Amino acid sequence: MTKKILVLGATSGIAQAVARRYAAQGVELFLVARDLAKTQAVAADLTARGAAVVSVFGIDLTQSGRLIEMCDAAWKQLGVVDCALIAHGTLTDSSRSAVDLGYLIEEFRTNAESTIACMALLAQRFRAQGSGVIAVIGSVAGDRGRASNYAYGAAKAAVHTFASGLRAQLAPSGIQVLTIKPGFVATQMTASLNLPSALTAQPESVAARIQMAIDKKRDVIYAPGFWWLIMTIIRLMPEALFKRLKF
Amino acid sequence: MAASGQVLVMNPMNRLLSANWSTGLIEAEAGLTLSELIQIALPHGWFPSVVPGTKFVTLGGAVANDVHGKNHHVSGTFGCHVRGLTMYRSTEGYVSASRTERPELFSATVGGLGLTGIIITVILQLRPVASGEIDQCSTRFRNLDEFFELSATRDRAHEFTVAWIDCLATGKRSGRGIYIVGDHAKAGALAAAADKALTFPIDPKISLVNSFSLPLLNAVYYRRQLRSSVRGRVRYSSFFFPLDGVSKWNRIYGNAGFQQYQCVIPQSNSREVIRAVLGEIARSGTGSFIAVLKQCGTMKSPGLLSFPLYGVSLALDFPQRAEVNDMLFRRLDQLVHEAGGRLYPAKDAHMTAQNFQAAYPDWQLVEALRDPRLLSRFWQRVTQ
Repeated sequence: MTKKILVLGATSGIAQAVARRYAAQGVELFLVARDLAKTQAVAADLTARGAAVVSVFGIDLTQSGRLIEMCDAAWKQLGVVDCALIAHGTLTDSSRSAVDLGYLIEEFRTNAESTIACMALLAQRFRAQGSGVIAVIGSVAGDRGRASNYAYGAAKAAVHTFASGLRAQLAPSGIQVLTIKPGFVATQMTASLNLPSALTAQPESVAARIQMAIDKKRDVIYAPGFWWLIMTIIRLMPEALFKRLKF
Repeated sequence: MAASGQVLVMNPMNRLLSANWSTGLIEAEAGLTLSELIQIALPHGWFPSVVPGTKFVTLGGAVANDVHGKNHHVSGTFGCHVRGLTMYRSTEGYVSASRTERPELFSATVGGLGLTGIIITVILQLRPVASGEIDQCSTRFRNLDEFFELSATRDRAHEFTVAWIDCLATGKRSGRGIYIVGDHAKAGALAAAADKALTFPIDPKISLVNSFSLPLLNAVYYRRQLRSSVRGRVRYSSFFFPLDGVSKWNRIYGNAGFQQYQCVIPQSNSREVIRAVLGEIARSGTGSFIAVLKQCGTMKSPGLLSFPLYGVSLALDFPQRAEVNDMLFRRLDQLVHEAGGRLYPAKDAHMTAQNFQAAYPDWQLVEALRDPRLLSRFWQRVTQ
């Protein structure tokens, strides 16, 4: 039973939807995000929805020097952490990243480096604790570099690969590493995009799938599940054909 | 529809700001739907004080249309239970309004069709319930006089009352139907219902509600119960929101869709006018499967443009056929106007400026407080 949950990037649409599902079960939550005022609004919502205790911690997760302080605070508050959800990230503007190298690197730092650093640190803590779940939000974009968003995709690919190795390393200690690969999800991150409605999921349905995957100790999931088929086809395309596709 | 053609979808703004489960007072962002609110509040023994016929309405939408439900005769409209609002106005930014703080803005916003600003948060008083189930009793009545007799005796004893009527029945059967009363059960489960729904599977070219099917549908529905009176216990969802159980049910009306006609007639001459209205509908050859009569009560809403008044409300869905509906609606409008009644702006697509301004004399107070950046086609039509 998952009772004490650490949420990194707690104001993200998917993280909020997951946290609401757990709040309804009366769990204890520790929310971490950059914007403290917004995080407090999320905390009030989760409390009203049934969470036993909700604590907040304001930090920019790209500042790797402060991650230990954040983890110390979380463990001090929760005692034991049953599950950590890593959900922070930004959607990289691909046309800007093609010309603005500073922006490209900064985006990679947010979506790859800081996520990997969080995973590595949580792995240490969970190993010491002897239990835990690391659930990390990757993306279908990380399965293959597409012409339209390869900068974002490359960062997510790094997360997938790191998670895969970490999973193998932690398997003997019973610590679950769950890689979640959402497709298009209607959240504030994608609000400016014109997404195809038939392929776009609501954060609530993605959250339900994430909770199921945590409960069933799964390794890698697509959310919604039909992306597995789409991404399998995309991954199997020969590069000679794939490079002609502009999507 | 917005005059600009651009609509703000508020649903993602669905956070609760606070919930006090000992007093039933909640504050939430305006995009929270009643469905979500019930899911959260019912396990604590609380329920919205007023719910309309669909649970997919947001709190902001419920305030802006000052919706009412089957308990209007005892609880008034949704706006009667709103303790305060915050809104965003292009002229002054974020502002609060309630019965005591800027009461003129509050009155213009409750039932104000979203024109006075964007409703951001709503403070709402819920009502305690012992169960998510409803004890209901449905009684057949043979004509309009029997409806008024049932209404006069039963409305005092039951919180929720509504009647379905067979709008095709004529002569001494005119106004026959089924009178449904209900009350929250004194004990029972507090679990919220799942949001699962069947989906109406096809998109027919023509309306499946037509002059061939309707007499049959109505006759079958009228005789759905063998005994004249039947009691039972049902889930709140099937009692309050029967149509929500079939998503995209509107497809039954075909590509052209349907148009709703809802009017309220003041109590003093409601019997004669409702009789005349039903007579016109039966004569027109068009008809409505969903025809609902409801006795509204005396509780005053704070809203300036609030639709219900003390009297009888009649709501009907007509398959969209412009020539037929235009003729019929014009005759019905005349009857409603002469009786001092009015149409429901939330459901209207045809009301004339003259009828609107006569029925809602306070409209200029709302116009004075309208946010200059917000305008609907409805408002353009009825204020010209």
